[in-house]
Amino acid sequence: MSWQPRWGGVKVAQSESTVAFSVAKNTSGSTVEEPTIEKETRSKQDVDLPWQVVVHNDPVNLMTYVTMVFQRVFGYPREKAERHMLEVHQKGRSILWSGMRERAELYVQQLHGHLLLATLEKTD
Amino acid sequence: MEICRKKDELEISELDPFLAELLRQIPASTNPESAPAAEERLFSPPAAASEKECCAEWKLYVQPELRRLFRSATETVAADLAQLSGNEKTFTNRTLRIPTQHADAWLNALNQARLVIAAKNNFTDGELCDHYRSPIGSRRDLSLFQVNFYGFLQEFILRELCGCQDNSSG
Repeated sequence: MSWQPRWGGVKVAQSESTVAFSVAKNTSGSTVEEPTIEKETRSKQDVDLPWQVVVHNDPVNLMTYVTMVFQRVFGYPREKAERHMLEVHQKGRSILWSGMRERAELYVQQLHGHLLLATLEKTD
Repeated sequence: MEICRKKDELEISELDPFLAELLRQIPASTNPESAPAAEERLFSPPAAASEKECCAEWKLYVQPELRRLFRSATETVAADLAQLSGNEKTFTNRTLRIPTQHADAWLNALNQARLVIAAKNNFTDGELCDHYRSPIGSRRDLSLFQVNFYGFLQEFILRELCGCQDNSSG
């Protein structure tokens, strides 16, 4: 299953930034390297707030099924997957993962593929 | 009804005509058409309504892929269920063999069917959690039985494949 994510066309390393240096001529005639203005070239994605993958309770989905899906999608060990499943069951929702938007979108897509109620939310 | 794993197959034997018919109804039960609540449940939004752009892109790019995925699972199940076709009028018990490599398709299709039936009938949490409900007395009771029966099959497949053993919903 594939999907062109929101920022699909923009592939930028998450913490990539560049610092611009220039060679300035000083008045004495010697050449000295002086740092000038630092230019941040971080994309909007880089400075974006983390996004959360939230799974909501659905009384139809079996608890064992939900646990299995968490294990498969996130690679969580059984115990961690069960803790999240119980949080969904008891509190109505659980934050399964948080991070960059593109990956969060992929997780939500996979969860929907398993018919779980999942949403993408911006971290406050 | 007997259900067990035999090497690379899950075998459901001693299927009486009633349960065989419920199994045959799985593909049709996954169809959410004419039930907006069911359609909405299978294709729920990926974010709050305020995230308009995200929801619009999701409809455009993801929903068609999800539809293909769900249809593929249903078609796999329908092909396996062909074992139960023919001789519908006989009352002899039947056997269904599901290749374990089709297990994911079965889990998906059974879940689709359960969600669609539950949405169409608007079952309450109480009804869904009542596994000791009285015998079938109405179409609604039959639908609830169907949801529970499909859940039982899901549970069996999960137990055989993953070693899961709980039988609750959540």
